[in-house]
Amino acid sequence: MDMDMASSGMFVPPQTLGTVLCCICGVPMEPNPANMCARCLRSRVDITEGLPRHAAIVHCPECSSWLQPPRSWLRAELESPALLSLCLRRIHKPLSRLVRLVHGEFVWTEPHSKRIHVKLRVQREALHGAILEQSHLVEFTVQDRLCESCSRAQASPDQWVATVQLRQHVPHRRTFFFLEQLILRHGAAARAVRIKETSSGVDFFFGHRSHAMKFVEFVSGVVPVRRRSDKQLVSHDTKSNNYNYKYTFSVEICPICREDLICLPPKVSNSLGNLGPLVICAKVSNSILLVDPETLRTAFLDADEYWRTPFGALLSSRQLVEFIVLDVKEKTPEVTVSGSRYCLARVEVARMSDFGQNDTTFDVKTHLGHLLKEGDVVLGYDLYSANSNDVEMDKYKGFELPYAILIKKSYEEKRQRKHGKQRKWRLKRMQMEVDDGARGRGSEEKRNNEYEEFLRELEENPTGMLDQMTIYKNKDHRPSETASMLSGDDDLPLDELISKLELSDDEEGEEDEDMAQ
Amino acid sequence: MATRIQFENSCDVGVFSKLTNAYCLVAIGGSESFYSAFEAELADVIPVVKTSIGGTRIIGRLCAGNKNGLLLPHTTTDQELQHLRNSLPDQVVVQRIDERLSALGNCIACNDHVALTHTDLDKETEEVIADVLGVEIFRQTIAGNILVGSNCTFSNRGGLVHPYTSIQELDELSTLLQVPLVAGTVNRGSEVIAAGMIVNDWTAFCGADTTATELSVIESVFKLREAQPSAIVDEMRKSLIDTYV
Repeated sequence: MDMDMASSGMFVPPQTLGTVLCCICGVPMEPNPANMCARCLRSRVDITEGLPRHAAIVHCPECSSWLQPPRSWLRAELESPALLSLCLRRIHKPLSRLVRLVHGEFVWTEPHSKRIHVKLRVQREALHGAILEQSHLVEFTVQDRLCESCSRAQASPDQWVATVQLRQHVPHRRTFFFLEQLILRHGAAARAVRIKETSSGVDFFFGHRSHAMKFVEFVSGVVPVRRRSDKQLVSHDTKSNNYNYKYTFSVEICPICREDLICLPPKVSNSLGNLGPLVICAKVSNSILLVDPETLRTAFLDADEYWRTPFGALLSSRQLVEFIVLDVKEKTPEVTVSGSRYCLARVEVARMSDFGQNDTTFDVKTHLGHLLKEGDVVLGYDLYSANSNDVEMDKYKGFELPYAILIKKSYEEKRQRKHGKQRKWRLKRMQMEVDDGARGRGSEEKRNNEYEEFLRELEENPTGMLDQMTIYKNKDHRPSETASMLSGDDDLPLDELISKLELSDDEEGEEDEDMAQ
Repeated sequence: MATRIQFENSCDVGVFSKLTNAYCLVAIGGSESFYSAFEAELADVIPVVKTSIGGTRIIGRLCAGNKNGLLLPHTTTDQELQHLRNSLPDQVVVQRIDERLSALGNCIACNDHVALTHTDLDKETEEVIADVLGVEIFRQTIAGNILVGSNCTFSNRGGLVHPYTSIQELDELSTLLQVPLVAGTVNRGSEVIAAGMIVNDWTAFCGADTTATELSVIESVFKLREAQPSAIVDEMRKSLIDTYV
């Protein structure tokens, strides 16, 4: 009634509630619906009657996760909010039926006691409508049980469910070195249980099919691949009709690599607009860039297009021969084709083996006109003396082979100067199991040479390749006094690239990668 | 002296009985122990009358009275009226009134000099009350409740009101009634004071659930502890003697 009077604008004098005596103990208190002081009320009425005092939760000691029935496992630390919500959910039904929860917190218990104490403050209406608040302790017993994934991992630690078999049928391993760096950079093989090297490829083993799928998608985005997948039944639960399979993804990388000389089959040549049958592969990403060195025409071949009519390389970078440039004539202006600069020119070259010996020179058309000058050493394919058994070439009637096709400039001299000096930078290697039986003797040395070649290639061709990898500072590198005099323009702009990176020997394979660019 | 009693296992004794300085009314149909409790205290002083009003036993809440008179609702039958007229002393005027609010015990709280009434009581009724009971009438609410007859009880010496009564209201009422008032409970925290107890100038009866604290509050505010004739004389003696010889 006072409220109505006040809201209607009448003056209502301020009212102070007096004190009455608690009817049980006689202590003065503010009147409440029960007219008993809080202590008397609490001693008469126990509002936590009927609330659970004990409950059990299940914990996996391996991955420190907690079971949320019926099936899911939740990662949580002791005394974390996630664990608190889990505990409250366990006793939610009886709790919400009887009382209202106001506050909940953990009481510290010794971790190895396997008990978790949760103190709750609950509110409930006691007699005569008075709302009483009381604290209530619930004790959770922690039961240890291995979760499914941990038990599976423990039963057979190398158990894999899916495998990706990457293969490339070429005699060298350049692609795999490059892929290794890419994978490390993007962490695509982070979920791999095991990585194994075989003679013409690498096998990746995963615990889940989805991880393997993700990896396969990643690889098909960076190199042109052909893939197929298979599955093998491992076990079958007749009651619940659960089938466990082992999945295998067979991924074949196309055998065309950078700097390969290719003779296109007539069909492919026609479909690309009569691109001259001899082409150089300039770049391999998820599509292949083919460049005709004589006309500077380019074409992109998608993975699908390639695998429809697959072809091999005529000559690959193993067969590169050194030439020396004697004369550069008829330079045309430079053009930029598909992001790279080319310049058609006619040059007179002689093989290094012929150069002091005899007068054999070749007059060739080349696309490297902008780089070459007299006296340069060039690497190229010697078609004059090459004996090719290519089926495709025979299909072309009356086709005249050029004497040589120049591919790239050689930096051998600079390399000689730098010989023995360590690089300022180095790359991380992936931990791989090596299948020793698949290779023969001497392959260790061959491997090291190949890797050295790869690193050299990176040094000499920094654009494009190094953008995709992460490089680290070589801690053992000691800059010598003469380095400053000799540092040429083909030195990598190291300061930009590796400003804050460090990779020590024992951290290899464990540290997270850091990015400077 | 305050006594704890029960009517048929109910602690609401104020519902089934009415106590004034001149008479006491009790409902029929209770056990003999109920009556004996009253008679033990009151038999030689004032008449204890068994009655019903309108055929019901809730006589405490239906009628209102003091030593001067008794007011009955319109539901009272003629036999009951006659029975009461016969049983009560002659100076008590028994009157039946026509009032829409027929639970007069809930609407009127009175002692021998002052009465508090329900705010919606008729004007004529008010005049009748003033006439029959010989009291001054104040329309009031107690703790926001209009049923003043249930929320407070007062005698000529003190009064007990609803526990939610604010201090300002207590002061106001105290000034009106000219008796000391206290906010308290009866019957283990029950706020309906008049239903839980009946009181006159020297004795009180409370429900059996009344706790010791409540009882002590009642005894102190209604001044029942020294309610013996001898105690009054002793006090007077102290004030009379001024010199020792």
